[in-house]
Amino acid sequence: MTSYLLFMGTLAGVYALLSLGLVTIWGQGGMVNLGLVGFYAVGAYSSALLNAAGLTIAVAWAAAFIIAGTVGAALCLVTRTLRGDYLAIVSLGFAEVIRLIATNEKWLTGGSDGVSGIHAPLKAELGAAFPWFYLGLTWTLVALAVVCLSRILSSPFGRALRAQRDDEQVAAVAGKPVLQLKLKTFFVGAGLSGLAGAVYAHLTSFISPDGFVPLMTIYIFLAATAGGYTRLIGAVVGSVILLVLLESTRFAAVAIPGLSAVQVASVREFSIAVILIAIMQVRPQGLFASKPQRAPRLASKPGEAPAANGGTTVPIPHH
Amino acid sequence: MFTEFLQHIVNGLIIGAVVALPALGLTLIFSVLGFVNFSIAAQMTVGGYAGWLVNSHLHWSLIPALAVAFAASGAIGIIGDRLALLPMRRKSTAHTSLMVAIVSIALNLALENAMRFGFGSDLNSYDLPVSRDLVLGEIHVGPQQINNLGVALLLAIVLAAFFSATRMGKAMRAVADNPDLARLKGIDPQRLSNLATFIGMGLAGIGGALLAVDTSVDPSTGSRLLLIVFAASVLGGLTSLPGAVLGALLIGILSDVSLTVISPVYQSATAFITILLVLLVRPNGLFAGNSGVRK
Repeated sequence: MTSYLLFMGTLAGVYALLSLGLVTIWGQGGMVNLGLVGFYAVGAYSSALLNAAGLTIAVAWAAAFIIAGTVGAALCLVTRTLRGDYLAIVSLGFAEVIRLIATNEKWLTGGSDGVSGIHAPLKAELGAAFPWFYLGLTWTLVALAVVCLSRILSSPFGRALRAQRDDEQVAAVAGKPVLQLKLKTFFVGAGLSGLAGAVYAHLTSFISPDGFVPLMTIYIFLAATAGGYTRLIGAVVGSVILLVLLESTRFAAVAIPGLSAVQVASVREFSIAVILIAIMQVRPQGLFASKPQRAPRLASKPGEAPAANGGTTVPIPHH
Repeated sequence: MFTEFLQHIVNGLIIGAVVALPALGLTLIFSVLGFVNFSIAAQMTVGGYAGWLVNSHLHWSLIPALAVAFAASGAIGIIGDRLALLPMRRKSTAHTSLMVAIVSIALNLALENAMRFGFGSDLNSYDLPVSRDLVLGEIHVGPQQINNLGVALLLAIVLAAFFSATRMGKAMRAVADNPDLARLKGIDPQRLSNLATFIGMGLAGIGGALLAVDTSVDPSTGSRLLLIVFAASVLGGLTSLPGAVLGALLIGILSDVSLTVISPVYQSATAFITILLVLLVRPNGLFAGNSGVRK
């Protein structure tokens, strides 16, 4: 039981990293990325294969981040002129192509047999303490990601990014480098998804194309929207909610008598889908709503109308 | 070599003609309602199952089975729209259309799993007489495929007549072209969106049934084709009905002809590559601009 809970706790951390990636790209950057699972797969395979080729795990994870991020930035660059609807479709297609490559390039990815025997860090040395260590490691990465992201997002970069999200043209007119903002955001978001894939690969020691189906993307959308898709804390809390939901529906569906295995699986996926629909209708802003952003007030005259975007504009004198 | 090439073009045309139906549905719904409805994939499967049920259990022939597929997908399309998507559309935030699109993905998942629950994951084939391929020169064509092509063409003609001759059709094109102006002229967008959903999903249902006749139906029939349907619609610019048909034929031919140079396992990637290349050159698709109303 303990090992089950430890595994689930670690998995929640993996989902949290994925959700953070989604919150960065979608919630903060305003780009709909339905190809999330594609970056997750790129990260998982990169790390597993590089580690097998002799790189240490730490380097392989960093490489997974950079490779997935670069692929994300490339996709963003190629799709830069597309409207949201088109981007949604193209990114969905991207994830499918990644899965096709993983299934068919047997020389690289082992095809549908996948890659097995992926090493876990310090597993032999730690023995029974290993699951605890890996849980801690995963959540340290999550905490690190949250700290870094919140620094980035509260910086002028983050403000410009949200301005771009809310109105691209206005942001461009105000002199914000819209394309550069998008590329960097996609790099970070896709990189986090890739890192999540790497952590997952070394957790389960086995990956195959079946683990990277579009359903996974929907799960992460559920996690992000349940928590509040513009907030970092929302991504983390949402991931834990998602995991509890996924596991409790597993037990609940098994408890219904007279169902075949296929039916149990379909009941689970059905209820996940319905819950996502319900959350989007009842509380689309999620548990943690988007914080309205106030411009800093003028220190000398409290109570007056706030000046827009402190520092860059000259305060308008009041009569 | 040349006949092989020609055979690929013929196969591509036939597939393209069938894919054109859901692509038309997607385009119609996007034009009138303004969002990408991902649940069209599950509605194709609904049509496939509806037709299969009356065909294999009640022994109805192809045309009545297709009519059932149309009605079932249309009806379930409206119910799904009312329950899941309409409440989302009523919320007005900056990203409403994308939020609705995401909810439609969840709706798609729910429908697909409802069917998996009811019918299991097995492949179900229609009970129709099997006949030999027609051979023209060295080109092989199945009679069923000719039927499919005929049905698709007929529907395209009916649809074209509907949009150019009837009041409803014209109203729909008006809404697609300029919703505000259409409202000023007293066109009720709510009634039209119901009709657009019904026709759009119904077309997807017929498309799904025709595909199922050609092969078989299982809960993922529609989802497997989602990308190719979207590619067809995107090529056409998402708002042009003739564009969707041309896009579907183009995608069908390209993905079949591509088999001469790439391995069949990557056939479905051609749809992705094609839309990526086209959108790079023309970010709004090949036929955007000639939406709804004829200028």
